[in-house]
Amino acid sequence: MADAPKSPGPSGRRSGRPLSPHLQIYRWPITMAASITHRATGMALATGTLFLAWWLMAAASGPDAYALFARAAANPIGEVIIFGFLWALSFHLLNGVRHLAWDTGYGFKVKTAKLTAALVYAGSVVLAAAAFILGLMVRGGLGT
Amino acid sequence: MTTRLRTPLGKIEGLGSAKSGTQHFWRQRVTAVALVPLAIWFVASALAYVGAEQGAVATYFSEPVNAVPMLLFILAATYHMSLGVQTIIEDYVHKEGQKIAALILNQFVCWAVGAASAFALVKMALAGH
Repeated sequence: MADAPKSPGPSGRRSGRPLSPHLQIYRWPITMAASITHRATGMALATGTLFLAWWLMAAASGPDAYALFARAAANPIGEVIIFGFLWALSFHLLNGVRHLAWDTGYGFKVKTAKLTAALVYAGSVVLAAAAFILGLMVRGGLGT
Repeated sequence: MTTRLRTPLGKIEGLGSAKSGTQHFWRQRVTAVALVPLAIWFVASALAYVGAEQGAVATYFSEPVNAVPMLLFILAATYHMSLGVQTIIEDYVHKEGQKIAALILNQFVCWAVGAASAFALVKMALAGH
């Protein structure tokens, strides 16, 4: 029995050796949440470009193809996707500027990094909501 | 005394063990900087045409002043996303075969989205409304 594999430890790993504390243990600092959200919104935007391609292809194809896209976009699910796209874009853009500031050496103090992370979260919601409401107003006849 | 294993050529090239140096990092940044104004312009343009007819959108993109920034937005966005998704794959997919398959799929999707968008745009731009 000495050669039998050790039973998995509490972490589920076969070796049974302890692991250092990981994601589930730590209270998430806002800077860590912002970093993860930056990746997640990046993936979401990459997926969203499929809809961008659909929009352009539909516009280039003709009225029928475009009507299909417009119906999908005006559907509640479509509206949720559009709001999600606007929020992901707002967040990724604002946090991207935060990253560019870091690249030039600014904003690394813990206090500053926490503040800018909070500003990015707040700003992204405001921007996305403003853009979405503006879109609803344009659809309602503001732009025509 | 430390043994210097780097050859003079390797030192001069400065490309490191991955053979690409800072190219990925730098291109990610350049496209990021470009995308700040381009993304804002894109959202403003798209918002102005919510609920519009197909003809109105096609006419908008038949103007060079609109078609050119839109093409730049498509190119910068698809390139930026190919670099970003590549990094995510390299970070989280550890099995070599799966990783290579995912990296190839990433390239295919980015090129397909970019080509489809760019083709549609050029078609509208050259339609002559």
